[in-house]
Amino acid sequence: MMTSVYSKIFKKRPIDYFNKGKNASEDSKLRFESYQLIWQQMKSETERLQEELNKNLFDSLIEFLQTSHSGLRKNSNDWSCQIKLREIPTAALVLGVNVTDHDLTLRSLTEVLQNNVTPYVVSLQAKDCPDMKHFLQKLVSQLMDCKVDVHSKEKESDRVTQKNVHYSMDSLSAWYMSVTQKADPTMLRKRRTSSWQGQSPPVVLILKDMESFATKVLQDFIIISSQHLHEFPLILIFGIATSPVVIHRLLPHAVSSLLCIELFQSLSCKDHLTTVLDKLLLTTQFPFKLSEKVLQTLTNIFLYHDFSIQNFIKGLQLSLLEHFYSQPLSVLCCNLPEAKRRIRFLSANQCENIRRLPSFRRYVEKQSSEKQVALLTSDKSLKEETQSLLENLHVYHAKYFLVLRCLHHFTSSLPKYPLGRQIRELYCMCLEKNIWDSEEYASVLQLLRLLAKDELMAMLQNCLKVFQSSSAKELGNTAKKIEEFLAQFQSLDETKEEEEASQSQSRGLQKTDLYHLQKSLLEMKELRSTSKKQTRFEVLREQVVSFVDSLAREYLLPPDTQPLHEALYFSSALALRQHLNAAPRVALHTALNNPYHYLKNEALRSEEGCIPNVAPDICIAYKLHLECSRLINLVDWSEAFATVVTAAEKMDANSVTSEERNEIIHARFIRAVSELELLGFIKPTKQKTDHVARLTWGGC
Amino acid sequence: MSCIIHRPNMIFPGILRKSRVEFKRHHFSFPSIFIYGHTASGKTYVTQTLLRSLELPHVFVNCVECFTLRLLLEQILNKLNHLSSSEGECSAHITCETFNDFVRLFKQKITEAENLKDQTVYIVLDKAEYLRDMEANLLPGFLRLQELTDRNVTVIFLSEIVWEKFRPNTGCFEPFVLYFPDYSIGNLQKILSHDHPPEYSADFYAAYINILLGVFYTVCRDLKELRHLAVLNFPKYCEPVVKGEAGERDTRKLWRNIEPHLKKAMQTVYLREISSSQWEKLQKDDTDPGQLKGLSAYTHVELPYYSKFILIAAYLASYNPTRTDKRFFLKHHGKIKKTNFLKKHEKTSNHLLGPKPFPLDRLLAILYSIVDSRVAPTANIFSQVSLMIGLEYVVYRFLFDLDSDS
Repeated sequence: MMTSVYSKIFKKRPIDYFNKGKNASEDSKLRFESYQLIWQQMKSETERLQEELNKNLFDSLIEFLQTSHSGLRKNSNDWSCQIKLREIPTAALVLGVNVTDHDLTLRSLTEVLQNNVTPYVVSLQAKDCPDMKHFLQKLVSQLMDCKVDVHSKEKESDRVTQKNVHYSMDSLSAWYMSVTQKADPTMLRKRRTSSWQGQSPPVVLILKDMESFATKVLQDFIIISSQHLHEFPLILIFGIATSPVVIHRLLPHAVSSLLCIELFQSLSCKDHLTTVLDKLLLTTQFPFKLSEKVLQTLTNIFLYHDFSIQNFIKGLQLSLLEHFYSQPLSVLCCNLPEAKRRIRFLSANQCENIRRLPSFRRYVEKQSSEKQVALLTSDKSLKEETQSLLENLHVYHAKYFLVLRCLHHFTSSLPKYPLGRQIRELYCMCLEKNIWDSEEYASVLQLLRLLAKDELMAMLQNCLKVFQSSSAKELGNTAKKIEEFLAQFQSLDETKEEEEASQSQSRGLQKTDLYHLQKSLLEMKELRSTSKKQTRFEVLREQVVSFVDSLAREYLLPPDTQPLHEALYFSSALALRQHLNAAPRVALHTALNNPYHYLKNEALRSEEGCIPNVAPDICIAYKLHLECSRLINLVDWSEAFATVVTAAEKMDANSVTSEERNEIIHARFIRAVSELELLGFIKPTKQKTDHVARLTWGGC
Repeated sequence: MSCIIHRPNMIFPGILRKSRVEFKRHHFSFPSIFIYGHTASGKTYVTQTLLRSLELPHVFVNCVECFTLRLLLEQILNKLNHLSSSEGECSAHITCETFNDFVRLFKQKITEAENLKDQTVYIVLDKAEYLRDMEANLLPGFLRLQELTDRNVTVIFLSEIVWEKFRPNTGCFEPFVLYFPDYSIGNLQKILSHDHPPEYSADFYAAYINILLGVFYTVCRDLKELRHLAVLNFPKYCEPVVKGEAGERDTRKLWRNIEPHLKKAMQTVYLREISSSQWEKLQKDDTDPGQLKGLSAYTHVELPYYSKFILIAAYLASYNPTRTDKRFFLKHHGKIKKTNFLKKHEKTSNHLLGPKPFPLDRLLAILYSIVDSRVAPTANIFSQVSLMIGLEYVVYRFLFDLDSDS
């Protein structure tokens, strides 16, 4: 369901849509091209990420597949192997509830397997296999296609005859034998590494959604194929969305004892999201950024609804598209040298657009009066200023993300996570407002002041790594400062010991009378309380905290304080929500209740509560039915309908006789009612004659 | 042949032999035999071995594989074809759609075949319980195949289910019913010790089997499974002997070594929590099996925020009576008399009665009231509900039932 929603959005947006739009005049072609460029880059980046994240899982799977069958064959003469049950090697692949992502993962898995293990990889879906017959049919037809990939199509005629045969496991294994024997052994060796030399490659069957398969089909298939395992080396891969316990629920012991199940777990989707955000948004690699509201919307859809990375990336794509489509200044959303070049060629209209930007206006107001005049009148000086501002924006981003990561290292391990455990939460807060004004930030500083030395040092070291990894030179001083702090902490150890030694010496108690003892104890108490404040460690810690604070205050300014931020930030969360989080019931209600909203016909514009008599029949019927209780009298309804409709047609009523007109109105009423029934608002009832029952209870 | 040796029920070969003798007097054999017994009680093995060693012409078909009528009939005919034709010639594939055709073709084949002329042909249908799910005429038809074809044929059914569950309502020809009782522990012991490895003496292996049965006999009497387990755990049993710590006769020491190991195996490998190959690997590395978590250990499932609430709402909707909704989920529900609130039959725990069906609207209404923040009825929520159904957390029938109710 979701995927279809997304695919519909993207189907109807070619370039001409860009040209037709409301802001078509300004560089629409250029904008479209830069959109495509950035999207291509983002897409390849996400694909690379996915590959990387799946690598571990795939490697272990491949190892399992390669060893499972070869191990059994090697020592087939062995005593134990003759007696042992031949189990079907099975990999239970736990993929998590984000069902929409499974397709992509399994597709890349298929690809990897075909390259590394065997050409015979088949994946089946539960909805294709309601019974054994369809199951085998799908299996066979997909297997034949696999074969065609490997060999040339010379055996085309072979395949045609095969298709007429009624599929059974016997015919399948016979086919398999013929294919593997026919296959040129040298060719097989070339394709695959050492593992399958001298023996035929196994057949891998992937069941995409294990949970939805009919129990009987699965059981029967496993029983049958275990009987044919000698001729037909099968390996099963179960794609599981929930938990592996489902295997035991679906298969009784007699069947599951035919399987040799090993478990593989894919990466948690939350970790996946973190990496995607990290590589796509928290980086200067892509100039495009999301505002706080948009990011929040996207992550909320992810966390509250589907856990689907695919949908998240689609949402990101949509916001990218929407940005380039609706913001004329998005031409500047590209890498810095290119943007500078583009600024030089900006049209007068675009210059006006820049002047109209709220952030730019705020910036101009702060300038001296001559400069204001120059900026507002001369295009040339405006362009120069824009160039430098844009450059500043890029520099700002470079520093911003470094400091953000640094701050995250400090906040992510504090108790109760006042600023969130994930960097995305921190990022959202920083985007929204001045982070240092928030209560959470204050509590973070409080907590930082209570940290022990080793914790603090670990955090500092992490931060140092962040700064050193980046190439930005602007923050070189900061890295040096952190190094200094670390050195000071290290030196602290030695001095501390000395201090303690000296203190304990002076404190040695002498034998005195009671009065003196009390006095000296009091003194010591004071001494201790004062000295506690004065330890060097605490001073240093205070310094570190204020250093972090100053970093945040200097660099983590929210983006809307920056001039020209509108060119890079997409902020229309509403548009995004309308597209991604559609509310069908609400839409239906609006369409029927207020037809103007969709039809945009001035005649339909009406005040709240009254029924425009020129509205479509179904709208009138709907509005009338809203006023009724659970049971609706059809006669009353029809009369009310006729009253409303005739009020509209009084002018041209003369042309037809009243008899005829009544009949037409009656027919229109019946049509409207049956349409409402089709939409599920009413249904016929037998409780009362001439009544229908209402199914909804007012606007939802 | 080990199984046959210990089959206490020796009538069966007698019947086959008798039928042969009877045939020599130009009588037909008994038309159908029904054999039933628990899993791995040797039904298939005994039948197959007998037919093979007595060199009787037979067709062996496993009904699980033949999931359509056509497949079943064609397989029988084709195998018959192989049987009758000599090695060299390979005749074309026979197609057969209905039982009527089958009878006709069957007659034709038998009369054509030279080598089948004076013999009884046996058709063995393994896992005969699957026949019940196919066309209604199939089972009675096979039972009377001899009568229908007027040829000397005996159909043998092998099943795990008693004959009473097969008998159609309309009545049918009663087959000769034969029961294979379960193996006793003594039988199992003898059969299992039969396949001892060549490196070790039979006594040594028998002692091992004795220990194995002591652990597993209470939970598992499946011969196949026991054999499998015996092989899996044997290396561990031999370990002290290989290392030289104990002699082959040192049963006590060996027992102490193997017993806890077998108990662990019962909890893991036997239940397929850990696969046999993983178990073997563990044995080789000599690590503690406790480290490897079984399948059931991974019960934690991460769900999106709203999915959790949908599940809770579905649970509430299926176990609470509808009348209580107003009381539980509305803030101002008015006063309800406590005493007579619940009717008598509702006082029994709802959990004993199982979940009840509920309409989709009720589920959503409960969902909206239990989530703190306002939830918009968006397409995402609906798709989540359908996803939950797809994952079998909520059964569709329950949702649909009252939806379409009049």
